[in-house]
Amino acid sequence: MPPFLYLFLGALAIVSALGVVIQRNPIHSLLSLISTLMIIAILFIGEDAVVVGFLQIIVYAGAIMVLFLFVIWLLNLQAESGPTGHIVLKIFGSLAAAALATELFLFLAAPHLQVKRFHEPAGYGSLESLAGKLFTDYLVAFEVTSVLLLAAVVGAVALARRIPNAAGEGSSDPRAAGAIRAAEASPRVQR
Amino acid sequence: MIPLTYMMSLSAIIFAIGVAGVIIRRNILVMFMSIELMLNAVNLSFIALGSRLGSMDGQVIVFFVMTVAAAEAAVGLGIIISIFRNRETVHADELTLMRW
Repeated sequence: MPPFLYLFLGALAIVSALGVVIQRNPIHSLLSLISTLMIIAILFIGEDAVVVGFLQIIVYAGAIMVLFLFVIWLLNLQAESGPTGHIVLKIFGSLAAAALATELFLFLAAPHLQVKRFHEPAGYGSLESLAGKLFTDYLVAFEVTSVLLLAAVVGAVALARRIPNAAGEGSSDPRAAGAIRAAEASPRVQR
Repeated sequence: MIPLTYMMSLSAIIFAIGVAGVIIRRNILVMFMSIELMLNAVNLSFIALGSRLGSMDGQVIVFFVMTVAAAEAAVGLGIIISIFRNRETVHADELTLMRW
């Protein structure tokens, strides 16, 4: 990747990342986030991580962001009106973030991190090399990940589902609702 | 190839913007998006270091981070929907009680 292209993409990534924080409407924040993720995917591909770059576009910018979009639609979120948050919090947050960026920059740009450039083996970043690593060295982690995803699916459905309320819609007996919730929570705890 | 310092600086800046988003914004969904920003900043440094070292391990770890992020987003958004159903708000300052 030529350096000017990197600088352009980097500036674009920083601007759209700032957009996530600054925009008032959650939908605009989400669109900025998608644009950031796309640019990061292009940077991945520029770093010879082709498969991971495309996975980033498909899984992250595609699937996960659509999930966010559905939730924003479902909750019917509008742009926040009036001042949001305390001004002290904003100043403190910005200063803390600037301090963190400086600290990370000093640490990451330190000479001890300048790694010796190794030669990339043939087929670096290809699907074959990724799958070869994934199904040999990281096989246990890969299988555990499938269990994690299953647990997440079950947990998400159990959380978002409307709880059948035996005491009627007014929830006149909070202890009964609590008991129902506890009964539903116990299978998750056992897992 | 781009110098490592450039990639790490970009990663650091995006991470700091994510931290600022979590601190400044009070909308739970936007705080969630800022967390995704931080995850992606870390992914970027994994990929950059991995390609400098000629190792595939960084890419495999990024793969796992994406999976965990997907699981986290599904469960987190489920929690947000559940909170909104009960409290009619996504403003973090109004959610101060652990139970209702």
